[in-house]
Amino acid sequence: MNETLKKYFRMNRLPHIWCPGCGNGIVVGALVRAIDKLGLNPDKTSIISGIGCSSRSSGYLNFDTVHTAHGRALTFATGLKLARPDLNVIVLTGDGDATAIGGNHFIHAARRNIDLTTIVFNNNIYGMTGGQYSPLTPTHSKATTSPYGHIENPFDITELAKASGASYVARGTTYHTLELINLIADAISHKGFSVVEAITACPISFGRQNKLGNAPAMMKWQKENTISVKAASKLPAEQLAGKVVIGELYRRQAPEYTAEYQKVIDRVTGGNGQ
Amino acid sequence: MSQTMLVQGNHACALGALAAGVRFFAGYPITPSTEIAEILAKELPKVGGKFIQMEDEIASMGAICGASLGGFKAITATSGPGFSLMQELIGYASLAEIPLVIVNVQRGGPSTGQPTSPSQSDVMQARWGSHGDRGVIALVPSSVQESYQLMIDAVNLAERFRTPVIFLMDEVVGHMREKLVIPKTTPTIINRRKPEPGELPYAPGPDGVPALPPFGEGYHFHVTGLIHDETGFPTGSPEVTEKTIKRLHQKLENNMDEILRYDELHSADAEYLIISYGCSARSAEEAVRMAREKGIKAGLLRLISIWPFPSDLIEEKCARVKKVFVAEMNYGQVTGEVTKVLGRSKVQPVLRVDTQMITPRQILEAITREGN
Ligand SMILES: Cc1ncc(C[n+]2csc(CCOP(=O)(O)OP(=O)(O)O)c2C)c(N)n1
Ligand code: SF4
Ligand SMILES: [Mg+2]
Repeated sequence: MNETLKKYFRMNRLPHIWCPGCGNGIVVGALVRAIDKLGLNPDKTSIISGIGCSSRSSGYLNFDTVHTAHGRALTFATGLKLARPDLNVIVLTGDGDATAIGGNHFIHAARRNIDLTTIVFNNNIYGMTGGQYSPLTPTHSKATTSPYGHIENPFDITELAKASGASYVARGTTYHTLELINLIADAISHKGFSVVEAITACPISFGRQNKLGNAPAMMKWQKENTISVKAASKLPAEQLAGKVVIGELYRRQAPEYTAEYQKVIDRVTGGNGQ
Repeated sequence: MSQTMLVQGNHACALGALAAGVRFFAGYPITPSTEIAEILAKELPKVGGKFIQMEDEIASMGAICGASLGGFKAITATSGPGFSLMQELIGYASLAEIPLVIVNVQRGGPSTGQPTSPSQSDVMQARWGSHGDRGVIALVPSSVQESYQLMIDAVNLAERFRTPVIFLMDEVVGHMREKLVIPKTTPTIINRRKPEPGELPYAPGPDGVPALPPFGEGYHFHVTGLIHDETGFPTGSPEVTEKTIKRLHQKLENNMDEILRYDELHSADAEYLIISYGCSARSAEEAVRMAREKGIKAGLLRLISIWPFPSDLIEEKCARVKKVFVAEMNYGQVTGEVTKVLGRSKVQPVLRVDTQMITPRQILEAITREGN
């Protein structure tokens, strides 16, 4: 590991529990590089995660960290950020954690536009419990709970975030690592609710039962099936079918929740509130 | 100057929370608790505190956990259906040892039940509602004045023992109006202990309670709902698991002198002792007076701290009485606990589950039947 990045890890907690070839480590690597790039004060940065393979990340990171309950990371983060707007609060969550059991919290955190950075590790599956379908499992895929092929439709996390009120929305992949670092850095810098969907390979619980090959093959899929926002904007809709658009997808300036609450305090105290 | 007002129990509870230093509330509206949220929505920003109405009660619990880790004294308030939703993270807060107070203004259940009627049927849920073994503190006020005073104790006990405290009100105490006197002296406030340099975040002190640093001060500690060792990190060790589970009980049981709260009336020479709590204890008090007028030696033991269950106290106070009557508005939740201590032959339940107040006459009749 790059020496300058070691300080962001709890080195005594490593090695991690992830399977060989798992993409989670690449996403966490992109996160610490983004934190390093921005020069965030680690004492003023908290990492909050849910439950799942991806949510185990919080334990490896050398900050104040909370490994919450399944789906609840955003609720803890909302309370912490509202109580302590001085902290940078970053939420790490899986596709199931964020959009199934935590789906309601996800849309409401977005609606409030509270200044949290949410990184959704999208591996299209419930990895930790061994490959059951998630709200991001593509139709017709196999999962241990859809042995005859999945008949449900997946969410588009970025559209969900945008429609719910998030003010920064991006999508990246573990193949496009440098871009992922920049997207996460932009998300953290953005004042408001920001979401980065990180497409990541789960070769064990998703890849194997769908015959997607090993980890490099799954990353190659990311390379071949994605298109940048810029390139996509030049193509007619029919040529975009089946392509996953990556990059910064949406950004707007909008009133941020904790700042608005501070205005309420200032108004009722005549400026004497803490 | 002390301040006197005529307010509801819910109002007194909210004022007690503010007096105790609570500066964060997250909740979801539900009768008969909503006034607590409404009052705190208005009052908290005036003192630089924060209020948020979350999308549900699960989220409310998560938000107060987050705020408490941020160093704030944080509470929520709800009733039965919401209390059910909160159980997941009440267990989390027990294991992660996050100080919180959860107010449950009980209605009749199950399910949506009787939203605007009194009941005391969540006593067992307060104890066992969340999965897994753990200790819990639950306090039960009987009056508006006590809703204020005891709420300060609830917040203090949460901070003192790093645990969620259940403040078990009922619709009668929550909604009735009585005189509230706010004393002019500032109440004793307990703040959580911060770790000494080098002290691990989950290493218990001699009293079984670990110190808790707030986020944002460079401690870089880890909080998890997995069983963890003194460093705060998960472990599969059977020894650590046993030690942790036992400590979650024993940090409370071994400090009962700080937790135990009760009140008594004519108990010294009582032949017939009523055990009651919350709104039912108000009728029990009147029943004791009526019995005494008839020359029956009745007395009352009013439980204020109901969990950990005051078994030793009950054993002691009931040693010389002929019969014990447990008056409560449920199907016998505390009756069962008292029976565990005293045996079935000595305990007579006086129960009510039709959502109507248990009456002094109902209790008196049970005593006179026994006396004849
Ligand atoms: C309330 C609750 N229900 C179910 C579980 C079991 N569970 C643990 S992780 C998980 C799914 C995780 O999937 P995802 O969020 O996509 O994360 P991944 O493991 O794929 O990174 C489930 C169902 C749980 N821990 N808690
Ligand atoms: S099951 Fe999948 S997501 Fe979980 S560690 Fe293994 S490869 Fe990664
Ligand atoms: Mg997943």
